[in-house]
Amino acid sequence: MQRDNRIGWAGFSVQQTVLLFLTLLALFPIYFMVVTAFKNQNDYISNKFGLPSAVTFENFRTVFGQHNFFLWFGNSVILTAGSVVLAMVLAVLAAYAVAKFWFPGKKWILNIVIALMVVPPVVMVIPLFGMMTKLGMINSQGGVILIYAGLLLPLSIYMLSGFFAAIPNEMIEAAMIDGCGLLRMLYRIIVPAALPAFVTLAIVNSVWVWNELLISVIFLQDDALKTLMAGLTVFKSKYTLNIPVTMAGLIISTLPIAILYFAGQRTFVEGLTAGAVKG
Amino acid sequence: MYATRKHAVYAYLLLAPSLLAILFVYLYPVVKNVQYSFSAVLGPVTKYVGWRNYRLLFKSDTFTTALLNNAKLLLAVPIMIFVTLLVAVFLHEKIRGWKIYRTVLFFPYILAVPIAGIVFGYIYQLNGILNELLRTLGLNALALDWLGSPKIALWSLMSVIIWKEMGFGIVLFLSRMLTIPHELYEAAMLDGASWRQRHWHVTIPEVRQTLEFYFTITVITMLSGVFGYVYVMTGGGPGNSTSVSELFIYQTAFKFQNIGMASAVSVVLLVISLVFVFLQLRLRREDGDAAR
Repeated sequence: MQRDNRIGWAGFSVQQTVLLFLTLLALFPIYFMVVTAFKNQNDYISNKFGLPSAVTFENFRTVFGQHNFFLWFGNSVILTAGSVVLAMVLAVLAAYAVAKFWFPGKKWILNIVIALMVVPPVVMVIPLFGMMTKLGMINSQGGVILIYAGLLLPLSIYMLSGFFAAIPNEMIEAAMIDGCGLLRMLYRIIVPAALPAFVTLAIVNSVWVWNELLISVIFLQDDALKTLMAGLTVFKSKYTLNIPVTMAGLIISTLPIAILYFAGQRTFVEGLTAGAVKG
Repeated sequence: MYATRKHAVYAYLLLAPSLLAILFVYLYPVVKNVQYSFSAVLGPVTKYVGWRNYRLLFKSDTFTTALLNNAKLLLAVPIMIFVTLLVAVFLHEKIRGWKIYRTVLFFPYILAVPIAGIVFGYIYQLNGILNELLRTLGLNALALDWLGSPKIALWSLMSVIIWKEMGFGIVLFLSRMLTIPHELYEAAMLDGASWRQRHWHVTIPEVRQTLEFYFTITVITMLSGVFGYVYVMTGGGPGNSTSVSELFIYQTAFKFQNIGMASAVSVVLLVISLVFVFLQLRLRREDGDAAR
């Protein structure tokens, strides 16, 4: 909609004031995190608000000097990559079946998948823990990758099948006439046609796994296996008196996600709200 | 598209790995959880105890406090709906700088919960930046122990949840509003509708389904998606003043090894969540009928 002149100057100022105020609120904690990370301890204590009186990279050096921090960062990368790829492969197959095949029980399966999207993970945690204990998979990254991938599946299948369904059947028919088999159809026609959907889904899923805390705290208790998010809480208590170092750690932990956000902002935002808008 | 019997078999084969994973991660645990909630669980041995876990649960002050705290957090829902809708309407009018506002206001949402929690932990410290600001402004009386005082700690937590989760709502509503046909507004303008009337009679009805969806997921978040905030910022304290159901489950199961009772809480949460989802789906079906 075009800006409406009838709101008038007063309405316009009210809107700008509200938005500016909320922007300040949204940015202030982030500003605080960033400027603090570049201050030394004394600077922080005497000057909490302002810019650093002298920019220091010492805090980052301290963080990088922590052996554990690297381990945790690596663990998060492994878990995120593993579970996102696994979920994607499984979801592609399932979404193809849902979008382009008819089979008995299809409606049921779809309804169950949609209902599961809202079941909170905390409900599954205890039996999963029992199961993993039996399988000897506590403190196992493979086990957690499996759990994460499983948790990602309902949303992934739902989103991908929506995108697949939008691929015109004529395209598929044309390929069939050329003698294209069902599986080859999937990776020759469907997957390339829905490429943007994959990017979106990969980003959305990665953010979720990277930021997840409950499951990682419960299933990866070994210090060397902790994820970054679980490790940060340890890190924080260790440097509880050195706030600038903690802040530097937080910035490094946010960086991968922030880069994803600014690199693929449109896809990112669309992905997070996809399904929700039409739904 | 493919609808023969041979194709149906093929479809099941394609679905099998996902269904297996879903069975393993969702369905089996949910069923098992219900079973546990009626049992005393000692290592590998489970013994049926009827409703005992539930009875004990609702007699336990620790649990009722936690559940009540979840209920208090629900107050955030109307606040979030009001503010996100209002902001989305402003941005939808393509106010100058709307794209920048959208980017910036969404940013808190991508921060991880533990990260937001730690940063706000420092902001809310007794000698933290917020109180320093208040003291500089001469508002010494307002410089409270935000996370350390049992009376206000929960509300401080709630403010962080709102701060972080709001961006999603704004972007969600905005993307729905961008699909509203322009003609509807033009017609309303021709009828001489005021700004408020236009949004009340055009925007709100148009985004109604999104509103119901957002309401549902926000309610579910407040009931069962706030573990990270509590765990990182207060650990449930001081006392039990900021404990929530999820933390109760975590502590009961993994600290006190009382699996039966923890499972009963999970079932309670599951039932409440499903009730809200069911209501939302019903509303949507009614909307669908009305539209036809």
